Amino acid sequence: MSSAVTLNRVSCVFQSGGKAFRAVDQVDLEVRAGEFFTLLGPSGSGKTTCLRMIGGFTLPTEGTILIQGEDVTHQPPYARPVNTVFQDYALFPHMSILDNVAYSQMVRGVERAVREKRARELLDLVRLPDVAQRRPAQLSGGQRQRVALARALISQPRVLLLDEPLGALDLKLREQMQSELKSLQRELAISFIFVTHDQHEALSMSDRIGVFNKGRIEQIATPADLYARPATRFVAEFVGAANVLSGEGARTLTGHDSAMIRPELIRLGTESGARTGGTVAETQYFGAFWRLHVAVAAGARLLADVPAATGVPAVGQNTFLHWDDGAVHALGAA
Amino acid sequence: MSTAAVPATRLAPSLSDRLSTLIFSRRGLLPGLLILPPLLWFGIVYLGSLLSLLANAFFSIDEFSGAVVRDISFGNFVAIFSPTNLDVALRSTAMSLSVTAACIAIGFPIAYYMARHARGTGKALLYVAVMLPLWSSYLVRLYAWKLLLAKEGAISWVLQAVGLQWLLDGVLSLPVVGGSSLSFSPLGTFIVFVYMWLPFVILPIQAAIERIPASCLEASADLGAHPAQTFRKVIVPLAMPGIAAGSIFSFSLTLGDYIIPQVIGNSTLYIGQVVYRQQGVAGNLPFAAAFSLVPIVVIGVYLWLAKRKGAFDAL
Repeated sequence: MSSAVTLNRVSCVFQSGGKAFRAVDQVDLEVRAGEFFTLLGPSGSGKTTCLRMIGGFTLPTEGTILIQGEDVTHQPPYARPVNTVFQDYALFPHMSILDNVAYSQMVRGVERAVREKRARELLDLVRLPDVAQRRPAQLSGGQRQRVALARALISQPRVLLLDEPLGALDLKLREQMQSELKSLQRELAISFIFVTHDQHEALSMSDRIGVFNKGRIEQIATPADLYARPATRFVAEFVGAANVLSGEGARTLTGHDSAMIRPELIRLGTESGARTGGTVAETQYFGAFWRLHVAVAAGARLLADVPAATGVPAVGQNTFLHWDDGAVHALGAA
Repeated sequence: MSTAAVPATRLAPSLSDRLSTLIFSRRGLLPGLLILPPLLWFGIVYLGSLLSLLANAFFSIDEFSGAVVRDISFGNFVAIFSPTNLDVALRSTAMSLSVTAACIAIGFPIAYYMARHARGTGKALLYVAVMLPLWSSYLVRLYAWKLLLAKEGAISWVLQAVGLQWLLDGVLSLPVVGGSSLSFSPLGTFIVFVYMWLPFVILPIQAAIERIPASCLEASADLGAHPAQTFRKVIVPLAMPGIAAGSIFSFSLTLGDYIIPQVIGNSTLYIGQVVYRQQGVAGNLPFAAAFSLVPIVVIGVYLWLAKRKGAFDAL
């Protein structure tokens, strides 16, 4: 599989007030052609800076960036064969929607009739055929999002960069856009590089995910791998709910120095064969399941997700916890 | 006594309670009350005097007594179109247009730099530099320019020192703009006008450019636009309301000014001077009133053209 975007030991250092801040620190990354790749991390972890360096809005302090094998490290944004969907959409307020979508064709000197026909096709693609003559201010957030998408796609980039594009939408719309973006990416067969801090979004859409923490990539893996076999404590805790154990508690319960058990792999049961027992400290209802906070020996708390259909013990009751050997995932040094 | 007082206040709310309830329940009341005094001021002092000016323009003066005759006539308006007066109006408009063009040409780069590049102390210093001239008297600055532009003044002295006297002589020998020295030429008038109104042009343009989201410029580059294309297609259109606002200042201030061309220039007349002389020396208030409507009409046409050109579309 050929490479769409490659980052070789890329760092980005910002100077502010005499202090140097390493926003991105020695990142190696390879996004394959046709792949939905997500940069996931908390705010300030360097994921957006990384995306901006691929787009050309921020220049790396060191390292090289290749797009489709070509070194673009020092190229300006307009020379790069990628397009971006901005977090605030960045639609041009003084232009109609049609002119917005046709913009990149217009600056490349494509004839008006041709580019407007193409822009209408793109508006059809994002299912907004009737807004061509309106201004951005007259559209809803979700509609603007689609226009930004159409505008970024009109010149058929091989790589599309998306900077938290769903952040401003409400939950229902966000979920709908997630599946639409995913199917659009499959249909167009181009690479999407998607920045988000939302792990649900990352897990449900991506082919692979790179998890950022403090300017570094902690792990690059498929969603399933990332969830089942996180490389570090940070990844385990950032992606999904996790019982991360370390020290004495970890050794007695799991036999490892540091280990993780996902809450849904813990079952309630009888005393015989139980791994441990404890008191229910709190219960949370999530619709599909109950999450129990069980205070076990040595002051540790374990989360256990039990199906909503089964009965749950009340707060203060004692219970016994079971899990299979395979449920325990040993973590590397944190 | 205290036991009786409690229900009493509950039954009879104080005047301020009732007032605040009234204001709360009628949402338009407070804004209405607040806007009333300025609205009266604006209506009576501004529009009222403008209307009385308009009314005066239809009167005439008695040739012998010099008294105002309050009969409606269109004589003043006909007189505006006499060759001399038309000449004054056209010269003033041409001057206003060129001053405005020069102010935008000089002011835009400064405004752009202030809005997009200057940071912290540098930005504050630029603001001060732009505003500083406004802190001193207009007349002081005008007479300072008179000295700078005079035949034996600083500018001509510097040009002589660097061997560019021929350039100044060449420019001054040009028809229409030239004259015996900078301070006695329309070019000098133009330079001082540009200097005087520049802050009024820079500030609104700067405000407009500052409002352009950085992401819009990034999006333009991302979509393949070269910097020059981004400038033409995104920055200029979005800065246009500021450019229009600034140009209204420089255009109307030039059109109405009567002091600058009096002090610096070749003593050809501008609209302001004609109005000034008609109402002062000649005592022909009705004609002065009629003539002072000329800039109003010209600015009206200017705004209408600006609107048609889409200058306010991005508002």
